[in-house]
Amino acid sequence: MNQASSGSTDAIRPTGHGSSVLSLSGVSKTYQGTPPVHAITEIDLDIKAGELVAIVGPSGSGKSTLLHVVGTLDRATEGTVAVAGYDVDQLNDQELSSLRARHIGFVFQQFFLLAGQTALDNVADGLLYTGVALGERRMLAEVTLSQVGLAHRMDHEATKLSGGERQRVAIARALIGSPDIILADEPTGNVDSKSGEAIVRLIEDLNARGTTIVVITHDREIAARFPRRVSLLDGRIVEDTLTGEPKAVQ
Amino acid sequence: MTTPLVPSRLTPADMMRASLIGLRTRRLRSFLSGLGIVIGIAAMVGVLGLSESSKSDLLAQLDQLGTNMLRIEAGSGIGIGSGELPKESTSMVSRIGPVEQVASISQTSASVYRTDLVPEGQTGGITVKAVDTSLLATLQGRMQSGVFLDVAASDLPVVVLGSVAADRLGVTDGAAGAIIWLGEEWFSVVGIMETLDLSPDLDRAALVSYPAAETYLDHDGVPSTIYARTEPEDIDVVRSVLPATVNPENPDEVEVTRPSDALEAREAADQAFTNLLLGLGAVALLVGGVGIANVMVISVLERRGEIGLRRALGATRRHIAIQFLGESLLLATVGGIGGVALGAAVTALYAWSRGWGILIPTIAIVGGMVAAVAIGVVAGLYPAMRAARVSPTDALRTL
Repeated sequence: MNQASSGSTDAIRPTGHGSSVLSLSGVSKTYQGTPPVHAITEIDLDIKAGELVAIVGPSGSGKSTLLHVVGTLDRATEGTVAVAGYDVDQLNDQELSSLRARHIGFVFQQFFLLAGQTALDNVADGLLYTGVALGERRMLAEVTLSQVGLAHRMDHEATKLSGGERQRVAIARALIGSPDIILADEPTGNVDSKSGEAIVRLIEDLNARGTTIVVITHDREIAARFPRRVSLLDGRIVEDTLTGEPKAVQ
Repeated sequence: MTTPLVPSRLTPADMMRASLIGLRTRRLRSFLSGLGIVIGIAAMVGVLGLSESSKSDLLAQLDQLGTNMLRIEAGSGIGIGSGELPKESTSMVSRIGPVEQVASISQTSASVYRTDLVPEGQTGGITVKAVDTSLLATLQGRMQSGVFLDVAASDLPVVVLGSVAADRLGVTDGAAGAIIWLGEEWFSVVGIMETLDLSPDLDRAALVSYPAAETYLDHDGVPSTIYARTEPEDIDVVRSVLPATVNPENPDEVEVTRPSDALEAREAADQAFTNLLLGLGAVALLVGGVGIANVMVISVLERRGEIGLRRALGATRRHIAIQFLGESLLLATVGGIGGVALGAAVTALYAWSRGWGILIPTIAIVGGMVAAVAIGVVAGLYPAMRAARVSPTDALRTL
């Protein structure tokens, strides 16, 4: 059960350990143009609660498109996407926003922290659109910042922290509402190797505490450390270590 | 089976906070774009405030002088008449029921000099008029010093000077017993009048009583101007019967005017000028609004990453639009408050320097704020809609 739900989000559907958090069936995304661009094609993917999955592939393999579709920031052209048990096709734009506000956490390579705000308020903004009062948001942000090892940086302006610290703040912001799934897009892409290592360890640690995390990366070394790897090439899944069998590249 | 999704929510306090962040992090830009609104609103409040303060001064003047006074003169010009009123016209006017006070003035041919050594012709533009002793009361004038002509001294060679005439003759104190050369006689100055707003021609005149004019200046006593003060509610009726009363044979040769009309005409001219300045203020406000719209459009382009993040955090298109509209509204409202304050300060300072009563009309304050808010909404609407339409995936690819 997520932290924010304790007071004000009774209707959030709990996702039990081992139940399906993310389910994609025959999902394709085609950008219209001349010629049309098939960014992802016939993706079947099922991620259960508590999993730590790396989606790995070279540049242009469709990783970001998959993240956007999975994160409900974009709609699939074909196939069905279910997040936290909700069929995304059946939801309108406002309902998708609600789904993102309460069930999905995002971590971006560019951090996207708001200038002029402290680390604490940036993390508290993770619950901005849930209707949770500012006082409670800040209280939860304090707890979450402590979890990512930044208790001593709460009152610092977020954009003035080091790269590694900024990414921790971004992770804390994704984590604060205890979403059903956290989608991290190249979380180590903008930090030095030492900070990158610390970020990976933090992700592993959070997963060990029950958070479902999908990391999108082009770095095969990082992906290799995660229990499940889904490899993409030219918009198709070519390997999924859970199912074991490499798929034939079509 | 899934439970219904709880809609995304943004409380008004959070909306305000989100809108403030954009302004706080771009302070100089916010200040400069808000300045346009400040100037526009200040111009409008200032123009209205100064106009009202000036008007209140004029109304106070009119209240003091009264609008119930009529001036009767013989019409002049080709085919209009002799330029003289019948000798008995003053007493005829005084017999009209609603007329409360009446006084006449007669132009004499005499000249006045400081001494008999001043060469003839150097009159300084000062005329000599024979007047009724009731003139001061009828005109509701006041003495600067000394006393006005009275019945007791009416056949003595005494004179009262208008304020300009006294100045030109070098007489500073009406009670000091100065003597001046008037006609071919020495006259004692017994008083100096204050400026008469409704009869400025008397400011440049030396006034003697009718008996004195007859005795010392050989004047015939035919009035050229009569002032009549009436019951205020009957002024139009009196005005309509005056020509026939004054000159029953040739009523067309009598001209009746109301001196306060001139002051009201001045006010009307001021109003036209005020409207012009208000128009200029509105243009300044419009330019301020365009400035805000421009800054907001740039802001939307610069902050695509933030828009993408907020959509990822669960903001709906409406939340994004409200945030940007809120920024524009805040900017314009703060600009409006600043403009009202600046306009009020300028009005107060100017009115104080002119000795007017300070009057800032409520309509200027309320209207200024409403105009600022309206400009904020209009200027923010397009950028807000544009921000709401930004695709989250495009926005997140910004950097």
